[in-house]
Amino acid sequence: MTSDNQSNEIAPLTDPGIPAHLHRKSDLDPKAAKKAERQVGILFIISALGTILFIYSYTFMSEKIFIFLPVLGNSNAKQLFLGLGMAISLFFIGMGAVHWAKTLMPDNEVVAQRHELRSEEVDREDFVKTVKEGAAAAGLGRRSIIKRTLGVALGLSGLTPLLLLRDLGPLPKDDFSKTSWEAGTRLVTDPGDRPIKPSDLEIGAVAQVLPELLAGKERKLEDIGKDAVLLIRIRPAEFQLDAERLSWTHEGIIAFSKICSHMGCAVALYEQTTKHLLCPCHQSTFDVTRAAKVIFGPSARPLPQLALALDAEGYLVAKQPFTEPVGPSFWERDSS
Amino acid sequence: MNFISRYRRSKFFGPALLAAALFVLGTSYSVASATTFKAVTPSNDKTTLIAEGKEIFARGCSSCHGLNLEGGAIAPSLIGVGAASVDFQVGTGRMPMADMSVQAARKDPIYNEAETAALAAYVASLAPGPAAIRNEDLAWERSGDAAEGGQLFRSNCSMCHNFAGQGGALSQGKYAPSLMGVEAKHIYEALITGPQSMPVFSDKIITPAEKLSIIKWIKAAESEPNLGGASLGRTGPVTEGLLSWSLGIMALIGVAVWITAKAK
Repeated sequence: MTSDNQSNEIAPLTDPGIPAHLHRKSDLDPKAAKKAERQVGILFIISALGTILFIYSYTFMSEKIFIFLPVLGNSNAKQLFLGLGMAISLFFIGMGAVHWAKTLMPDNEVVAQRHELRSEEVDREDFVKTVKEGAAAAGLGRRSIIKRTLGVALGLSGLTPLLLLRDLGPLPKDDFSKTSWEAGTRLVTDPGDRPIKPSDLEIGAVAQVLPELLAGKERKLEDIGKDAVLLIRIRPAEFQLDAERLSWTHEGIIAFSKICSHMGCAVALYEQTTKHLLCPCHQSTFDVTRAAKVIFGPSARPLPQLALALDAEGYLVAKQPFTEPVGPSFWERDSS
Repeated sequence: MNFISRYRRSKFFGPALLAAALFVLGTSYSVASATTFKAVTPSNDKTTLIAEGKEIFARGCSSCHGLNLEGGAIAPSLIGVGAASVDFQVGTGRMPMADMSVQAARKDPIYNEAETAALAAYVASLAPGPAAIRNEDLAWERSGDAAEGGQLFRSNCSMCHNFAGQGGALSQGKYAPSLMGVEAKHIYEALITGPQSMPVFSDKIITPAEKLSIIKWIKAAESEPNLGGASLGRTGPVTEGLLSWSLGIMALIGVAVWITAKAK
């Protein structure tokens, strides 16, 4: 292009065609081909050695040997060589195969032209004719009994998968809204199942508690998942509660459901200095002094508070069941 | 400085200069931050112990906690915290604090055992509180039950200290420290005194025998070998998966580049 050519026109691109085939060293020089063959052989032998290392460490190596590796630190020799052996064994088979294909297998470029996807006109007409002849021979139009019964059979069989949906489980009924806490249920330690007196808790103390089991009953995980409660004792003067909620506490002891009202994680990271309860999953933070009011995080409502009272023997009991469902929101929950 | 002008255009000059500068900075910092204290050797006599403790307190603690342990704007009152609390805070190096951050960090103790005992005796002499614990009084190796300890740990401790005792984050920069390498008596004292953000675990809620089981479980977790070498913080499958994914994807990219490169 010269500098006096001011035209904006660009010469149309011509098909450059396939680049000239470059021969590899191993195609031209039999010595290089021999060398590549040897290299592939060496790679396969390394793989075999890897397998032998794997078998050796599995069968003979003691589990008690630890060797020091930089970065990793002390590692178990048996585990290390099992892994290394298997990695070497698999990786070098692949490496050998790729090296073989790259250096020795034919590398000629092959051109395969695309053809039209549409079938030939003759074949298309033939197909339509066959279908029409077959339908006439079956006589679907004339034999109405067959047509109707087939319709019934196909329609009913389509219902079966719908019926199986019923096996997704019995409906939860009121399981979401109810816990094992009843009026008068004793609070017991988890684990240990010991009833608790107010004097057992110092200021700043916490206790993980569950409802006392009735005789002969076993604790079920699905119950713990709803019943778990955290008991906290602070100075009574620090409470900022309304009269009703204050009457649910006992001498500075307050109880909250441990099941987060956001996604149901166990909220028990209690910071004694700030009186905050933190949920480890999404960092919802609840203020214990203000009836577990949400002060940070995605949770939509406070943790349900359990009303406390004393029984005749002086042990802490629930005054009443939880007044709202514990845990995260669900479809039928009254969120007002 | 002929030497420098000769080599300053070398490609190794920049990195070498950086390393040298960092070395000088690091060593001078550690020299500057080193502190020396007058060694105190109190006798076993209780009155002298308390007197020694009072002197150490006046010198090292009273500027924040007040001359009569009454506390102040930046430090809590120490009346009634007991010898156990002093032994924990001073014995683990948390007190005196190095700076005014949100939480006192564990570090090498500033006062030796005798000085700590004197301080504890002084603080306990003014108001009663939980007594300090001695390691030899805790028969956790004999009486502890690691399986029971594990159950207690999972229900009472793991939410803050991680299921393997590695520690974890709390709100606003506070954290639950790792429990690895903590002396048995300090674990016990922390349980009964509730230092900093940690709540108290009363003896009726977690009995002394159960506390020994917890200690035994923590010690068992501590001595558990890392079969794979690096523990990656023992925080579970997320770090392990992230690491193997990152390394794996790099290896796969390398292999893909090699496979598609044409042989010469």
